[in-house]
Amino acid sequence: MSKLFLRRNPRVAARNLDGEMMIMSARNSNLFTLNRTATILWQSADGTTPLDEIVQNRICAEFEVEPAEALEDAEKLARELASHEILQISEEPIPQPSAGSAR
Amino acid sequence: MNGLLEEMTEKARRRNIPLSVQLDLTYRCNERCVHCYLDHNDHGEMTTAEIKHLLDQMADAGVFILTLSGGEIFLRKDFFELLEYARLEKLFCVKLKTNAILIREAEAARIREIGVECIQISIYSHKPEIHDAITLVPGSLKRSIDAARFLKSQGLRVLLANVLMVQNARDYHGVRDLAAELGVEYTVDPTITPMMDGNRDILKLNIDEQALRDVFRDTSLVGDVKEFCAIADPADDNSLAALPCSAGHTTCYVSPYGDVYPCVQFPLPTGNIRKQRFLDIWRDSREMNDVRSIRLKDLGTCSSCSHVSGCTRCPGLAYQEGNMRGPSSQDCQKSFVRTGVPSANMLSKVRGSNLIQIRALPTLAAATA
Repeated sequence: MSKLFLRRNPRVAARNLDGEMMIMSARNSNLFTLNRTATILWQSADGTTPLDEIVQNRICAEFEVEPAEALEDAEKLARELASHEILQISEEPIPQPSAGSAR
Repeated sequence: MNGLLEEMTEKARRRNIPLSVQLDLTYRCNERCVHCYLDHNDHGEMTTAEIKHLLDQMADAGVFILTLSGGEIFLRKDFFELLEYARLEKLFCVKLKTNAILIREAEAARIREIGVECIQISIYSHKPEIHDAITLVPGSLKRSIDAARFLKSQGLRVLLANVLMVQNARDYHGVRDLAAELGVEYTVDPTITPMMDGNRDILKLNIDEQALRDVFRDTSLVGDVKEFCAIADPADDNSLAALPCSAGHTTCYVSPYGDVYPCVQFPLPTGNIRKQRFLDIWRDSREMNDVRSIRLKDLGTCSSCSHVSGCTRCPGLAYQEGNMRGPSSQDCQKSFVRTGVPSANMLSKVRGSNLIQIRALPTLAAATA
């Protein structure tokens, strides 16, 4: 499987509300809340860390889950977040502009 | 409010998080609207660094929706620096309130690049002679409409805000049609509020009862008129335990001088961010906690009023009348005009007037007809 890189869309609004991540889409102002796994993907989406590394170091470390299964689920979730323009995904590292980090 | 935002607002309230803040960047303005509640002189605005530090604190406190307003926000030379910081560094959902007369193609493109949730533009009339006579700036309507077009052409969400007063009471159809022609949203507000320094002279600009009645019976504004004008169900223990509004619970207001208030319409000083941390004021201010403690059942006259569960009572306007637990006469009037039933406050004034009623008061007669 080729590497997948994730980057937070700098155009969304985001806030960690006491552990729960709120995201507002820049495309249509739709509001989302992210579950724990999606929050980990969002927080780790720096454009340079590949998804398999995020899964290995963050998701498998937090949840009791098989790495292969976790990677498959994480990729599905990343693509869903990308379809809402919350994340950007690419098979190449994505340079991060001056956007801030999730709070 | 959509369902998820409502749910998150309730979570924020339970966790004492100020989800939404209005920050006025300046009180300076390039218009001189006859109904404005502000003093436009600069009494020591926060610097760029102070505002950025405040934005850091607000992001840490959990503020998600940030409304930047004024005064005219584009008069700040650092406006785009602050907007960029708020959006791209601190990831706020930003809304702008402006008269837009300084927005041309280049500014609209830059706003699009940075990204904001919506831009609210004050429009008083579709007729230049009326709008410009309210702003006291010749040519201001044309410039504001041009700006709305520039912003719309960038794909941004634009909202025309139409405050009604005696001068433009009948013009809202025209402004609404203008909004439709521009392909932007429209909102109307029939309330002129006192000046922040307590001066109530501008209240005489409020539209009269008949004009307000027309607004409240316009289906294009209120939807189902019968439902909108219905008297609320009698209050039960649950409704009396409700909060008067979100001020101090999930929202607050910060002035250009760093003063924190429960709301822009609620000028009760609770602290200053030049002296205290934003979160300390939000959590620990005695005044903020006093506001937070009020439930509908605690309101002297209003808790026994037939309108209590359906009234738009503004605690800030009540405060400006002298008692934040008391009635807001402007909202009493709205409830009366909406339903035809006088409020408990109106009735108590009639009873307490020491006058002998020798014939039916026209307003009360209309209410019981």
